Amino acid sequence: MFESTELNRRNETRQKLFRIGLGTMTGILILPVVLIMSTLIYKGAPVISFEFLFTGPTKGMTAGGIFPALLGTILLVVVALLASVPLGIAAAIYLSEYASDNWFTRAINLAIINLAGVPSIVHALFGVGAFVIFFKFGTSILAASLTLAIMTLPVVIVATRESLQAVPMAFREACWNMGATRWQTIRRVVLPNAVTGILTGVILEVSRTSGETAPIMFTGAAFFLPLLPQGVLDQTMALSLHLFVVSTQVPNMPEQLPFGVALVLISMVLLMNSLSIALRMYLRGKKKW
Amino acid sequence: MENSSSTTPASFDQLNRDWYIDKAVQILVFIGGISAIVFIVGIFVFISKEGFGFLFGEFNFREFFFSPNWRPTSESKETFGILALIAGTASVTGLAMLIAIPFSLGTAIFIAEFSSGKTREVLKVTVELLAAIPSVVWGFIGLAIMNPIIIQTFNVPVGLNVLNAGVILGLMAAPIMTSIAEDALKAVPDRYREAAEAMGATRWQVIYKVVLPAAKNGLLGAVLLGVGRGFGETMAVLMATGHSINIPTSVFDSVRALTATIAAELGETAAGSPHYQALFTIGIFLFIVTFIINLIADLVVRGVRKG
Repeated sequence: MFESTELNRRNETRQKLFRIGLGTMTGILILPVVLIMSTLIYKGAPVISFEFLFTGPTKGMTAGGIFPALLGTILLVVVALLASVPLGIAAAIYLSEYASDNWFTRAINLAIINLAGVPSIVHALFGVGAFVIFFKFGTSILAASLTLAIMTLPVVIVATRESLQAVPMAFREACWNMGATRWQTIRRVVLPNAVTGILTGVILEVSRTSGETAPIMFTGAAFFLPLLPQGVLDQTMALSLHLFVVSTQVPNMPEQLPFGVALVLISMVLLMNSLSIALRMYLRGKKKW
Repeated sequence: MENSSSTTPASFDQLNRDWYIDKAVQILVFIGGISAIVFIVGIFVFISKEGFGFLFGEFNFREFFFSPNWRPTSESKETFGILALIAGTASVTGLAMLIAIPFSLGTAIFIAEFSSGKTREVLKVTVELLAAIPSVVWGFIGLAIMNPIIIQTFNVPVGLNVLNAGVILGLMAAPIMTSIAEDALKAVPDRYREAAEAMGATRWQVIYKVVLPAAKNGLLGAVLLGVGRGFGETMAVLMATGHSINIPTSVFDSVRALTATIAAELGETAAGSPHYQALFTIGIFLFIVTFIINLIADLVVRGVRKG
């Protein structure tokens, strides 16, 4: 009675084919990247040593290490975070806790989407026009970091807003019923419940910020500096720009060295992202509501 | 009734203070909220300010958009035509989308509809990590890995060309498009699928006849965001296109992109010179085009939520 008909069987085969086809497409998308990563590790790993990480470049950058670039990237990220994290969290609190659904909120959302979507080189032009020239910071860590901060602001806002909105409305209502003000509710109830989610966003921003190159090229990162930066108004080297420089701008570059720089940069970025993903999974497992 | 407040219990002052703090915070977070708008307007204002002199001086609409000659430093006569640069950006983005659209939609359908449990989790994390690889690393991959492969496989003299940058950009854009498309597929309510399955539809029929039409707008949004990303990508196209001014006739031609031109030349120009201002004018053009793409993507995605 339930014998499969010709049509059933044909549909069955067709479905199997689609499944295999889509699986293959997924494989084709992921496989080259796996191969590329293996090549980076294969060629880059022999370059990396304690000395490579903790000394400066020598012989016109064709030898030596990457310490000034590594330190520069950390400095740029820290200063950028100091600016964007408080601002981003404030914006997310406004959008999640105060804003109503009207044209103004939609305008803010559109602005956030566009901040994330504007090409990085346009952010660089803005950084030059606003921070380097108009506010007279010159080409400096401060100008570069502020440019990066504005560019990555959407990352913090979106992650924070999501984790604030994940806190159930009943928590807030219970608090308001006790006579707490809006801010008391946010500070004592909403933020503590959202803090891990916000942290995942901040880590993601660290990852994004440390990989960006175009926005810092003309605002504060230098190809080569003999000295380490002494303050936020100095220029600095940066790992991402250093990769660009050693792979395109320096003659007689030994083939392996840029692979080492690329491997350090990508390890840093992927480590941060993995950390953020792990934290998110831990959070999902722990959540009681 | 002034002294009544001084004689009331301290708790009244406390309430009063709490109220003021509450108001102050409301203002502070509001400032945070409008900052995004301030910045987006600020970007437009400051870029326009730097490009202003050119826009109302040397700028010639016809030459700017229809001349393939970008010779900003010519001794005899400077020309500022961005047609070849637009062709460079368009060819690379076009090829990237030819690769990224089918593969990212296919992968999104596979993840959302055909995989479950551990496989699904692993695939999603992989796609997310792929999306995080910095563009300068992609550019380096184009330069150091793709370049020799293209030279060997196709027996061409130069491996830095439309093909190289298009593949690199396709691999870059695909993960982002995949996650947005997957979100769009997940947003289709399960009861749609259940209703179709109850009618005897196979898994593929459910996807083809029910899920894809329902997720149409979200998928279109994903494609548009991919286009925007390809259009605005800077470092990867600077390093992988070969960076020579050309209206390409084959995928093995080297080209130069709008974004890459700014990145390569801004450092060498004197602030305020026509060349410098022309680069900012390209920036205005990039800003406006990406703004429009993002606006359309947003409207399209919003349409699906209302429906």
